[in-house]
Amino acid sequence: MAKGVKPRVKVPKSASAGDSITIKTLISHKMESGQRKDSDGKIIPRSIINRFTCDFNGENVIDVTIEPAVSTNPYFQFDAKVPEAGEFKFTWYDDDGSVYEDTKAITVE
Amino acid sequence: MNLTRRNAMALGAAAAATIVALPAGAATFEEAVMSVTGGKEAAEGGDLVLTAPEIAENGNTVPVAIDAPGAVAVTFLAIGNPNPAVATFKFGPLAGSREASTRIRLATTQDVVAVAEMEDGSFQTAKQTVKVTIGGCGG
Repeated sequence: MAKGVKPRVKVPKSASAGDSITIKTLISHKMESGQRKDSDGKIIPRSIINRFTCDFNGENVIDVTIEPAVSTNPYFQFDAKVPEAGEFKFTWYDDDGSVYEDTKAITVE
Repeated sequence: MNLTRRNAMALGAAAAATIVALPAGAATFEEAVMSVTGGKEAAEGGDLVLTAPEIAENGNTVPVAIDAPGAVAVTFLAIGNPNPAVATFKFGPLAGSREASTRIRLATTQDVVAVAEMEDGSFQTAKQTVKVTIGGCGG
């Protein structure tokens, strides 16, 4: 597992049923592109998060395929529909096989 | 071949043209788009709106956003990067809109392209040139 990986997610605490809400996610990760060289001129091997998904109560909201051209600490903003109260599940997949997860509950007014 | 002044000038011009058209390792716009669409023609414009800064001081983190009404998936491409693919957003059944934004790396001044796959299987593209002062791909 890459060191110091910490997911952060911003989701409103509540919404009206059927509403569309904006979600912001950020995960601290160095996203080593595999293009850089170290001080000895050797290429630093690629180590990135290659996929990010967001689901709500088991149904998919967004599925992102990530290439090395996405910046350090990958940030995503998108909108999700909230048909009922439930839980958002965020999942990041690392090149080294690690999976980072975060969840956020939301209530319906 | 006799290297006359005229020949030398022609050679120089040809070499310069090649360098401008094809930065090292970069794909052309058409090639990059075709690799996403699987060979299908992509219409330019439509409802697709790509938002990117005109000038990015630091190529390491360039904010880009897409608004693609009616799209099922959007792929970002950076044609001048060593590897033009950047990210693909697939919208699921609970996606609240067809908008998304992220931050990307750009190696040099270049065109950022968004290719959207629409619900009817057609493709649309949008393009924006971004000037980069400091490249973002190491080296």
